[in-house]
Amino acid sequence: MKIFTLLFLTLFLFAGRLHAQDGEDLLSQLGEEKTIDYATASFKSNRVINGHSIENTAAGVLDVKISHRFSPVRNGIYDMFGLDGATIRIGADYGITNRLMIGFGRNSLEKVIDGFAKYKILRQSSGAKNVPVTVCYLVDAQIVTQKFSDPTRANYFSSRLFYTHQLLIGRKFSNNFSLQLMPTVIHRNLVPTKEDKNDVFSMGIAGRIKLTKRIALNAEYYYVPTGQISETYKNSLSLGFDIETGGHVFQLHFTNARDMTYKGFITETPEDWFFKSDDGRLMGGMRFGFNISRVFTIVKPKSLN
Amino acid sequence: MRKLLFLFLFLAALFLANTAAAQKFFTRDAKVKFNSDTPMEKIEAVNKSASCLLDTQSGKMAWKVLMKGFQFEKALMQEHFNENYVESSQYPNATFEGEIVNLKDINFSQDGKYNAITKGKMTIHGVTKDVEMPGVIKVSGGTVTLNSNFTLVCADYDIKIPAVVRDNIAKEIKVMVEGVLKPK
Repeated sequence: MKIFTLLFLTLFLFAGRLHAQDGEDLLSQLGEEKTIDYATASFKSNRVINGHSIENTAAGVLDVKISHRFSPVRNGIYDMFGLDGATIRIGADYGITNRLMIGFGRNSLEKVIDGFAKYKILRQSSGAKNVPVTVCYLVDAQIVTQKFSDPTRANYFSSRLFYTHQLLIGRKFSNNFSLQLMPTVIHRNLVPTKEDKNDVFSMGIAGRIKLTKRIALNAEYYYVPTGQISETYKNSLSLGFDIETGGHVFQLHFTNARDMTYKGFITETPEDWFFKSDDGRLMGGMRFGFNISRVFTIVKPKSLN
Repeated sequence: MRKLLFLFLFLAALFLANTAAAQKFFTRDAKVKFNSDTPMEKIEAVNKSASCLLDTQSGKMAWKVLMKGFQFEKALMQEHFNENYVESSQYPNATFEGEIVNLKDINFSQDGKYNAITKGKMTIHGVTKDVEMPGVIKVSGGTVTLNSNFTLVCADYDIKIPAVVRDNIAKEIKVMVEGVLKPK
């Protein structure tokens, strides 16, 4: 019995020794640490075309924006295919944190000044924590600073104000495909007629397909259910390319929207992409436009050594 | 009986002594820094959570570095590094599996600084290459500190640099590795 116990104990020690020796594949022993993998770069910019995307400007980064929209392409060579009727927006966005960003801009059309704040409520992630979508909340205010058309009547400052509230829900399905939904509410203090609603609800949908590492195809559509705005205004559809270089993103697109402000492209888009004129001819209502975005790092992230 | 007990104790001592020497050293906070300096642009990044496992008995070493763990000064540069260059969603980790060639020159039980040559397989962006690099092993107070400086060439690992930015990225990327390993 005692001999057996002693032999058994010896074997125990021996077994322990063998275990320390079988580390042939060290790499597999390093194991997989469960980290949270957040989805990044679902879109190349924080704008799809006219409206916002689920991407935010990074903390401490300033994103300078210059955008143009032109007159309809059907105006032909005399108008340089719409280039002569250029409107401009100059603005800048800034990331306060990686989840909260602000921005402002000034538009030549109606001399609108716009300002917004966007917060990333939920971030899409995989790995240790699985979250299927990114959810952002956007609040945007627009002020029309253009002089009132009739200075003799009683004009109110509140008539100049427009507010937009938007929820952006999106998902990066793969490296090459992202899709987002944007339920939106636009509040207009002053509307043209009694039939126009002061609160206009719209549902937007946008997506991007990455064609190469640096070029993506984008599409954006905002649907406004009938009975809210005048029948003369149409739903906006935009199609474009994003071309990314080192620090710039060039967004070149065609759109039927005339405006670059939320209240403008959602509730005041004058023509459809294709429509019949009064004498039955097929007309094109699309316009060329572009956005240029350039990022500058203003505040460097801490602890980089 | 007594002889048997004596034999058992002798064997036990032998085994235990050997087990102590064949120790594994490990860290999850090793630092990997790389830098590319050209007249056009300065690119630098640090990863402070690299894992390393070292078996002092066999001299075998393994490293695992999460690509998304590299922090850059410029957020956009970090995004481009992951999305366009190293494609970290497809190849999440860079790994090294190798061994110390001159193991006999290093005494892990004695404090001191030893020059070491490590040889093995480096895998980055899904491409594996045979590499050999010099380093310094410092043994002090029960911990092993590994230090190495070497260079890597992007083209070796199929990391494509577009013509537009060819002058912005150095031909040889300088890499610095430092890890303080503790007994596992």
